[in-house]
Amino acid sequence: MTLNVLMFYLLSAIILIFSVLTITSRRMLRAAVYLLFVLVATAGFYFLLNYQFLAAVQLTLYAGGIVVLIIFSILLTGHISEKFKKPASWKLWMGIIALVVGSTLTLWTLLSHNFVKSTDIKAVPVDMHLIGNQLLGLGKNGYVLSFEIISVLLLAAMIAAIVIAKKEKSQKSDTL
Amino acid sequence: MLLDIYSFSTLTASINKDLHAAMTPWLAVATELVLIGLLFLTFYALLGLFLVYLERKVCAVMQNRIGPNRVGKWGVFQTIADLIKLVTKELIPIKNADSFLFNLAPFIVIIASFMAMAALPFAKGLQAIDFNIGIFYIIAVSSLGVVGILIAGWSSNSKYSLIGAMRSGAQVVSYELSVGLSLLAIVVLSGSMQLSTIVESQANGWWIFKGHIPALIAFVIYLIASTAEINRGPFDLAEAESELTAGFHTEYSGIKFAFFFLAEYINMFIVAAIAATLFFGGWMPFHIDHWEAFNRVMDYIPSIVWFFGKTFIIIYLIMWFKWTFPRLRIDQLLNLEWKYLLPLSLMNIVIVSFVVLMGWYF
Repeated sequence: MTLNVLMFYLLSAIILIFSVLTITSRRMLRAAVYLLFVLVATAGFYFLLNYQFLAAVQLTLYAGGIVVLIIFSILLTGHISEKFKKPASWKLWMGIIALVVGSTLTLWTLLSHNFVKSTDIKAVPVDMHLIGNQLLGLGKNGYVLSFEIISVLLLAAMIAAIVIAKKEKSQKSDTL
Repeated sequence: MLLDIYSFSTLTASINKDLHAAMTPWLAVATELVLIGLLFLTFYALLGLFLVYLERKVCAVMQNRIGPNRVGKWGVFQTIADLIKLVTKELIPIKNADSFLFNLAPFIVIIASFMAMAALPFAKGLQAIDFNIGIFYIIAVSSLGVVGILIAGWSSNSKYSLIGAMRSGAQVVSYELSVGLSLLAIVVLSGSMQLSTIVESQANGWWIFKGHIPALIAFVIYLIASTAEINRGPFDLAEAESELTAGFHTEYSGIKFAFFFLAEYINMFIVAAIAATLFFGGWMPFHIDHWEAFNRVMDYIPSIVWFFGKTFIIIYLIMWFKWTFPRLRIDQLLNLEWKYLLPLSLMNIVIVSFVVLMGWYF
């Protein structure tokens, strides 16, 4: 067993255990922290595949960005310290049935699919220039259109956030 | 070239060869991992002790005092005595607090700074891991530390901690943007995110000189924003002693408090090391293009001396800030970032791209 395989099983175990803990934990903040572990371990997978750019993106966006936002919003809500109530038994059973059906379907698809070994294909280091050119490329496999659409969407979201956060003029004088 | 005499790559390569000759490949790799880990741990602890001592001495000089002077000559062993005291202190559990998160938080903070340190180039051939996205990796892992701060603040079950953590979180999240954008200026200039390539690209002059105006603007923004990101004065309102006791680590004691303390100082080192690497050439000696004789004289100084020299000058600068400027208010702090630094650094990106496109740099 090589170190790579060992690391793969280690990271998979972390992801599996903490994913289950994320949804079964009845304390909100703990669930968010378990989610952080899952996302960091996923970044570990990308490092294992030598795709460092995606790993760093995973760390900044998901672990550093989204989890921080989730924790922030949890801290700003009132009932953090309360435990969730146990779900009603019919809900629990429905959930378990959905889980069993879903996982059998996924497993069946995975196991019946004929995977082709890709050992003879050499890994290519993903250059920063390549990613930049592809992201803003107009030609084949270029992503410039989706890139621009996402930028417009982000701009709209930002303006919306400012409009929501903006105070009325009459209130402004006595709060600040 | 003279530089090669001081290179560490021959040493590391020979250790690597000997290990591979002695054992099976995977055991050799595992041994190397453990060795590097131990080396970093030792360095981390020693550096932390030294930085705390330095801070107390610098602070004393600024305030016209002598500073620690009883334990050892000039008080050099003062921080070791402090460490022994910290280790022997009782770990106080908090009533009605989430003990799992309470104990986890210091580890998240310290692991984030430990991961960031792994990618720093300390000298020629002395770099644990050289990613092709090195600088992006450092930004990515150092953004994890804020999770630890937020969790520490909430799980302490204390209002001081919670307010401190919220302030600190808001501060780190907003100043991260300016840090990233100011570093991007140098990435644009050097055309690479790999730290070794960035250092090599400064062989004929450091970027702060070669990149003139945009590099200078980026450096000033970086210095301000990174001082805020590591929660140091004048941006230390997250642990403003007079109002919040000690901010998010008020309730921590003993070695868990030491973890936060240590991580804070190591983060300062990392921030200064990044500034030294990107703007001042890292381990690259002071070179001026076409001055061959001068460059060869400069090469006589080992690269590790250059790296630590530059880093500690920037650390001194950051300490100087703390003991000179008064503390900012939270609204002033957020105004500074969102109304001044962020627009300025966005503008700087446009300027630096224009400069690079026109070839107006050396």
